[in-house]
Amino acid sequence: MRHDAPPALCPTLPLRFPPPLGGTAGTSFKPAHLPAILAEPPRRGFFEVHAENYMGAGGPPHRQLEAIRKDHPLSIHGVCMSIGGPQPLDRDHLARFRNLVARYQPSLVSEHLAWSTHDTTYFNDLLPLPYTAATLARVCDHIDQVQSAIRRPILLENPSTYVAFRDSTMSETDFLRAIVSRTGCGLLLDVNNVFVSAVNHGFSPQRYLADVPLAAVGEIHLAGHSVQTDDDGAPLLIDSHDGPVADDVWALYAGLIAQHGPVPTLIEWDGNIPDWPVLQAEAAAAQAILDRHAKAPAPEIRHAAA
Amino acid sequence: MRQPEPSADYAAQFAAALLTPERAAPAAVIGPRGNAAARRFNVYRNNVTVSLIESLIAIYPAVQRITGPDFFRAMARAHVRETPPNSPLLFDYGRDFPAFIAAYEHAQAMPFLPDVARLERAWLDAYHAADAAPLDAAALAAVPPERLAELRFAAHPATRIIRSNYAAVTIFSANRSDAPVARIDGSVAEDALITRPADDVVVRRLPPGGADFASRLIAGQPLGAAAGAAFGTAPDFDLATNIAGLIEAGAFTDIRFEDA
Repeated sequence: MRHDAPPALCPTLPLRFPPPLGGTAGTSFKPAHLPAILAEPPRRGFFEVHAENYMGAGGPPHRQLEAIRKDHPLSIHGVCMSIGGPQPLDRDHLARFRNLVARYQPSLVSEHLAWSTHDTTYFNDLLPLPYTAATLARVCDHIDQVQSAIRRPILLENPSTYVAFRDSTMSETDFLRAIVSRTGCGLLLDVNNVFVSAVNHGFSPQRYLADVPLAAVGEIHLAGHSVQTDDDGAPLLIDSHDGPVADDVWALYAGLIAQHGPVPTLIEWDGNIPDWPVLQAEAAAAQAILDRHAKAPAPEIRHAAA
Repeated sequence: MRQPEPSADYAAQFAAALLTPERAAPAAVIGPRGNAAARRFNVYRNNVTVSLIESLIAIYPAVQRITGPDFFRAMARAHVRETPPNSPLLFDYGRDFPAFIAAYEHAQAMPFLPDVARLERAWLDAYHAADAAPLDAAALAAVPPERLAELRFAAHPATRIIRSNYAAVTIFSANRSDAPVARIDGSVAEDALITRPADDVVVRRLPPGGADFASRLIAGQPLGAAAGAAFGTAPDFDLATNIAGLIEAGAFTDIRFEDA
């Protein structure tokens, strides 16, 4: 396989080391918010972008991402690697992903436990997979390929699902634990996805959180969901990302942080995008929970009085 | 006999049913306690179809404004089912949509619509095109007049020409914002030059002969041949104004004398 050199860094973008995120809250970056973001002094917190939106050759998207990355930590979140699919990864897409990570040096890189491409058709959705020994082996092989391409571990996001598979032989948490131990990847724990799947499949979200390998969690996602009904008239939650985080999800999140300490937390909001202050307020709510459980800060070094 | 790997075809089963509403949900999927999951599977069908329709709305906002949202959604749904994307980069999707519109039975009363769509597709290609510094107008002044006819231009990666037998540029421009649209005579032929001189994509109308001239220069033909073609189309073609206009629009990045 030919390895193209990553594109040269834009000379106007002096990249510092990717800043550690610590216990900070971030938001999805939406270009419509850029003027409002740049009008304020750089804020505490990070921004997350979908990798595929920045895979064009040039133009305004890269100017916008450079402007964000200059003063804020960045998280690059891939949505179409199709890690959970039965077919080999798309080598062109993997190369684009590698180049994007090399160019913007994000603090976090993540992808999904899902698939989105079959044969040559791209379905633009995060589709589910059965949890079996065979799918586990293939998912691990795909994660190995991504991690060796970008030369760093990724965080793998737990899915929200609407159906289960007759053939599954493992629970999702056992599947995730096995992936973490085999590949060395971390987890992006989407607490809204846990809640959505728990309601949809009738399991306890607290039990899921007790079973998931929390030591591997490097980022948390929070998002809004909507409510429909299933074939039997029971509530079916849809991971719609188009509104505020639900109270139940806030409660799960607060319990998790209280028990395990702060983890970088992202507010995802992709549809019916609100004005920047609304999104910022949602992130501030997460930040307040993180700060409440932050370790005591290291004592400041005091300079001798002159 | 070796058993096939259980559920190895989960993706094939999903793929066959996702864009085909008349097909049953895959046999492998279940709801809680093994119940039927047809409505549950429909969430995925809906996500796929609606998100792809919305990606076409994002690429073709003027077409949607002209047709109205309900017409557009029905037309886009038919296109999504017939021609789903074959790349995860959705800003590359919809290249076949203008041809689909041209053949779409219910759009025949709007013969200008495919050209407006081609303009919108070209706008997005220009938006994502590679970055390059446009040619400095001063570079041309340094060329000895006797060598001008042999001069060739390198097109900027964003530069596009779209030709139309209808008033596609006027219709496009009037419908890319929410401002009220005055009555437009759609039957006037218009050619568009699309460029991205700095960060903003610019769409302008070319004068008669201008598209013949610009497309030859973009293809790497020498200035003399391009001008000859333009005069052939439009005897009153203004060479100096056209070349200055193209350079000012950022259509080129470089000049040279040899054939590339």
